Amino acid sequence: MTVTAVDTAVAQYCLRLGDDALVLAQRLSEWSARSPQIEEDVALMNVALDLLGQARSLLQLAGEREGAGRSEDDLAFLRDETDFVNAQLVELDNGDFGRTMARQLLVSAWHLPLWQALTASTDDGLAAVAGKAVKEAAYHLDHARSWVVRLGDGTEESHRRVQAGLDEVWPYASELFEVDALLEGLVARGVAADPRALEPAWRAAVEDALAEATLTVPETTWRPSGGRRGTHTEAFGYLLAEMQHLHRSHPGAQW
Amino acid sequence: MTQPLWEVFVRSRRGLAHTHAGSLHAPDAHMALRNARDLYTRRQEGVSIWVVRASDVVASSPDEKDAFFDPAGDKPYRHPTFYEVPAGVENL
Repeated sequence: MTVTAVDTAVAQYCLRLGDDALVLAQRLSEWSARSPQIEEDVALMNVALDLLGQARSLLQLAGEREGAGRSEDDLAFLRDETDFVNAQLVELDNGDFGRTMARQLLVSAWHLPLWQALTASTDDGLAAVAGKAVKEAAYHLDHARSWVVRLGDGTEESHRRVQAGLDEVWPYASELFEVDALLEGLVARGVAADPRALEPAWRAAVEDALAEATLTVPETTWRPSGGRRGTHTEAFGYLLAEMQHLHRSHPGAQW
Repeated sequence: MTQPLWEVFVRSRRGLAHTHAGSLHAPDAHMALRNARDLYTRRQEGVSIWVVRASDVVASSPDEKDAFFDPAGDKPYRHPTFYEVPAGVENL
């Protein structure tokens, strides 16, 4: 496959992964200058910037595969809420630091096997993005896991808070492993990673961390869904307004 | 939340020694190492990091400055500057 080949299915897949990274980067950025300690502030912003870098590569790739001439900026700043196809998990409010880290654990434990699998994607562009992202994801997982273990196995208060945060974000993780017709087709072509193959590695990594953190794996049958089809939670509109405001108010503005 | 202070040493590349880069707060050694990675090597400054609890560093006191360092002041013969370097030798 050449770099400029138009392929709307691949474009949509890149858009999903790119939106996940972009929206999570935006959420994490909200901690800037508000983190529990200055060292963690820099650490979290490093993670956010890694994700933003991944988002840029993925949205650019999505634009190329779509073939309609849309740039990464067009896709990030000029789409409306229902055009975004990120999983709802990444758009949820940060809550307290414990909840942010609980979500970060769930996302990073999915990102790592995802990027590992995508290094073998039959789409060259996607494989290249994955090759870079896999090292970043490994560190993100280590970072989130370290905090979840320390908060969970820390004080009574930190344990209570991170367990509460985990309970709130947990149901949304199920969306990461949903399979639809688009994914079935891309998995068959060797472009996309099969979510069903990622789930055991994700579950093992998460449960291992939660056990060390003395946290309880939440039990739930509620499986919120819809992000991949453009249905989002109430919190998402506010996030987009903040993220897109500058670009929309000053079209074409340059630094 | 008071957390112990850690001194950070970074080796910029293979073959060089670790040099002091700064200090940071962290609850334990594991987090200190990770904070050091994020604070002091985010612009490719290093290939290896040491962290040491600041309280474990034994330092000379400013009060001892005269006794410690002044006696070396008038002994220039300790520098290897009295050798004549043969022509054509770049490193000795």
